[in-house]
Amino acid sequence: MLNRFMQMRLRDLIILAVILFALPLFLNNPFHYDLATQMAIIAATVVGLNLLVGFAGQISLGHAGFFGLGAYFTGIMTSNYGWSSVPALVVGAILVGIVAWIVGRPILRLKGHYLSMATLAVGFIIAIILNNERALTGGPDGMPVPAFTVFGWELSPFGSYNLLGMELNGSEAWYLFAAVVLLVAVWLAQNLIDSPIGRALRSVHGSEVAARVVGVDTARYKSLVFVVSAIYASAMGSLYAHFQGFITPAVAGFDFSILFITMVVLGGMGSTMGVILGAVVLKLLPQVLADFQELETVMFGAILMLTMIFMPKGLLPTIQTAVGKRMKKKAGGQA
Amino acid sequence: MFAEFLQYLFTGITIGATYALIALGFTLIYNASHVINFAQGEFLMIGGMATVSLTAMGVPMVLAIILAVLLAGVLGILLQRFAIAPAKQADVVTLIIITIGASIFIRGLAQLVWGKEYHVMQNFSSDEPIRIFGAVLNSQSLWVLGIGAILVVGLVLFFTRTLIGKAILATSMNKEAARLVGIRTQLVLMLAFLVSAVLGSVAGVVVAPITFTSYDIGIMLGLKGFVAAAIGGLGSGMGAVVGGLLLGIVEAMAAGYISSDYKDAVAFSMILIVLFFMPRGLFGAKVVERV
Amino acid sequence: MSALIEVKGLDKAFGGVHAVEGVSFSVEAGQVYSVIGPNGAGKTTLFNLITGLYTPTKGEIRLKGESTAKLEPNELAERGMCRTFQQMQICMNMSAIENVMLGRHLQLRSNLFTTLFRLPSLLRDEKSCRERAAELMEFVGCGEYLDTEASAMSYGALKRLEIARALAADPKVILLDEPAAGLNAVETAALEKLIRKIADQGTTVMLVEHDMKLVMGISDRLLVLNYGRVLAEGTPEEIRNNPDVIAAYLGG
Repeated sequence: MLNRFMQMRLRDLIILAVILFALPLFLNNPFHYDLATQMAIIAATVVGLNLLVGFAGQISLGHAGFFGLGAYFTGIMTSNYGWSSVPALVVGAILVGIVAWIVGRPILRLKGHYLSMATLAVGFIIAIILNNERALTGGPDGMPVPAFTVFGWELSPFGSYNLLGMELNGSEAWYLFAAVVLLVAVWLAQNLIDSPIGRALRSVHGSEVAARVVGVDTARYKSLVFVVSAIYASAMGSLYAHFQGFITPAVAGFDFSILFITMVVLGGMGSTMGVILGAVVLKLLPQVLADFQELETVMFGAILMLTMIFMPKGLLPTIQTAVGKRMKKKAGGQA
Repeated sequence: MFAEFLQYLFTGITIGATYALIALGFTLIYNASHVINFAQGEFLMIGGMATVSLTAMGVPMVLAIILAVLLAGVLGILLQRFAIAPAKQADVVTLIIITIGASIFIRGLAQLVWGKEYHVMQNFSSDEPIRIFGAVLNSQSLWVLGIGAILVVGLVLFFTRTLIGKAILATSMNKEAARLVGIRTQLVLMLAFLVSAVLGSVAGVVVAPITFTSYDIGIMLGLKGFVAAAIGGLGSGMGAVVGGLLLGIVEAMAAGYISSDYKDAVAFSMILIVLFFMPRGLFGAKVVERV
Repeated sequence: MSALIEVKGLDKAFGGVHAVEGVSFSVEAGQVYSVIGPNGAGKTTLFNLITGLYTPTKGEIRLKGESTAKLEPNELAERGMCRTFQQMQICMNMSAIENVMLGRHLQLRSNLFTTLFRLPSLLRDEKSCRERAAELMEFVGCGEYLDTEASAMSYGALKRLEIARALAADPKVILLDEPAAGLNAVETAALEKLIRKIADQGTTVMLVEHDMKLVMGISDRLLVLNYGRVLAEGTPEEIRNNPDVIAAYLGG
C-alpha cells in the first residue's frame, strides 16, 4: 500500500535526480558548475533547517552558527592537524550535534519571537568567537582549507577525473559529488518526515497540546530536530569549506543565518522541494541582479518583500496550488 | 579605578539610552501588531543620514532634524501600509522575512542616495567634554539622555492621557474589541509605525555625533534594540527602557573590563541568561495558554 | 480498591479569580463520569488540571493512587490518560489518518537510526499502526476520510477524528470535553452510541457536556460545578432531584 508520503517521496526524489543530472547539459563553464555546486550544498543545509522550521515550526535565526562551526572544524583539523576530510566532517558533525543539544534544551522552551532572539544570539556568539580566536581561525581574514580527500584520493576544483570513462574536470566532479550529497540529504529528510518521529515533529507545529496529551514528549522532539538540523548544517559547512578552499567567519554570520531562513520561507516552509527552489532562487538572484549594479540591493529587498507579501506560503506551494486549481478547472471543463 | 568605572558607566548609559529608544520602537509596533520589525534600525539610519546630508546642503540643523524625522515617519507609514498590512494573515517567520526585505530595500535606497561612506555629524552644542570625578563625558551624551528622557515621558503621557494613545493600547490588547467600540484599527497600526519611526529616527539623530553614521548602521543597532526589548520582555515599555539601559551598561563594562572584541558576545550571552531564567524577559506578561 | 482518579481539595486560581475551588470527587474504573455546570463553572479548567496542562494552586490529584503533581501531560498519557478538547486540537498540517497514527505514538518503538534508513522493523511497525488507526477511524465513524487532509474535513468528522486519536493510545481513561458541542441531533445520537461502545470496552470515560439528555442517559455518576465549586455529586437520579441543582439550572 502506497500512502500519500510514499508517492510524494518517490516522485520528488526522481524529479530532483533528473534535474540534477540533466543540469550539466545547460552548464557550460566552470563558473556555472561552481555556482551549481554551492547551490546544492546550501540547498542540503536548508533541507535540514526546514525540518526544524517547516515541519516542527520552530524558528532559528542562527543556523549559520552551526554551518560555520562545521566549516571551521573541518578547516582547522584538516589543515592544522592533518586529519582526513571524512573523519573531520563526521567528528565535527557529532560535536556540533552535542553543542546543539546543550544549547537547544533550554532555548527550545522559548516561544515565538523569544526563540528567534535566542537562536540569533547563539549564532552571533559563535560568529564572534570565530572572529576573535585568531590563533585558531585566522580571525576576520579567514583561513585556507585543503581539498576534500578520502583515503588519499583528492577531490579538488582544479583536478581532473575519470568517471566510468567520462573525462571530468574538478568543477564537474565537485558538482556531481554535491548533487549526490543533496539527493542523500533529501532522502534522509523524507525518511524522517514520514515516520513516527516525523509525525511527532509535525504535531508540535500542528498542535503542541494535542501532541502532549497523546504522549509526545514535545521538548525531547524539539531538541532532537534541532540537533538533526544542526548536524545537517555542520556537515554541509564542512563540505562548503573544502569546496571553497577558503573560509571567513562570515559563513557563521547573521547574514548567512538570515539567508538560510529566507530560503526556507521563500521556497515554502514544510516543502522539501520548495526550500531547494528557495536556495536556488536566492543564490541566482544576486547573479542576475549584478547587472543592475548599484540597484542590486534595492531590487533584492523589493523582490524579497513582494514575493513574501503576495506568496506568504512560499514559491513552490503557491505554484502547486495554482497549477492544481488549473488542472481541476480543465478536468471540470472536459467533464 | 573609580574614574574608569564612571567612564564606562557614562558610555554605557549613553548607548543604553539609544538602545532603549530603539527597543521602545520595537515594543510599540509589537504591541500594536505582534510584528517584530527588523527594519527598525533603518529608521535610525535614516534619521542620522538625512540630517547629515541636509546640513551639508546648508539647511539649518534644527530644520534638518525635523525634515529627517518627518522622512522616517513617512517611511514608517509606508512600511505599514504597503508591506505589513497586505500580509496580515502571514506566519510569524514570513512577517520577519518581509521586514528583513524592507530593511534591505531601505538600506539599498540609502546606499544609492548617500553612498557607502561613513559620515560625521557635529555635536549639537559644544565639543568641549565635561569632566566629572576624572571621567570624561561627551556633551552629546547629555543630549542623548535628555532627549531620551523627554521622549519616554512624552510616550507615557501619550498613552495615558490622550485618546489616540489609549486607542493604540486598546488595539494592542484586543483588536476585535477595539474595532467593536469604533476604533479604526488600521489607522491605529499606521500610527504605531509612525510613532515608532519617529522614536527611531530621533535616536538616530542624537546618537549620530557619537557613533558616526553610514547606510548600514541600522542592522546592528536594530538588532541591539531587539535584544534590549527581549531582555525587558516584548511588549513592555518599562522593560524596553530597563532592557536598553542594562544592555548598554553591560556592553560598556564588558568592553572596558573584559575585551572590546567580546562586548557583543557578552550582550548576546546576557539575553540567553535572562531568557533561561525568565522566558518572557524581565517584565514580560505571563500568559496562560487557553485550550 | 482505590479509585482510578481521586481528586482532593483541588484549587486553581488565575490572578485572584478561583476557577476551581475546593473540588473533591473520585472516579471508579469502568464508569462514565460526567461533569456538568453552567458556562464558566470551571469544567474545562478541571479537565486541564486532571490532564496536567495546568498546575493546581492547591490540592491533589491521584491517578491509580499515584500523585500527578509532578507529571507532564505526556507522562500522564503514558499512564493511560487521554483526552479531547472543547476547542478541537487537530493537527491541520497532517492527513486524517496521520492524526490518529500520532495517537499511537507511545505504542511505537522507533529510533533515529531505524527512521533515517527506513529499516524493515520501522516499516512493519508503521504498517500495523496504520491498520489500527484505520480500524479506529471506522470505529468512530469517519472511516471514509483515511487520507483526506485534516484541513479539508467537516467539523463533525473532526470531532470524531479527535476521539479516534485519543483512543489510539489505548487509554484506561478518556476525557471528552464537550464532544457534542456543535453537533446536530443525528450526530449526537451517534456520539452517544460511540461513548457507550467505548465504555463497554472497559475504558473509563470522563465527560464534560451541556447536552443534558445525553449526559443523563449515559452517565453512571455526575459532578455538578457552579462558580468553581461542587454543587452536587451523585447518580443521575440523585442529581435530577437535587434542589440546589434545580435552583441553579432554573435560575434560582
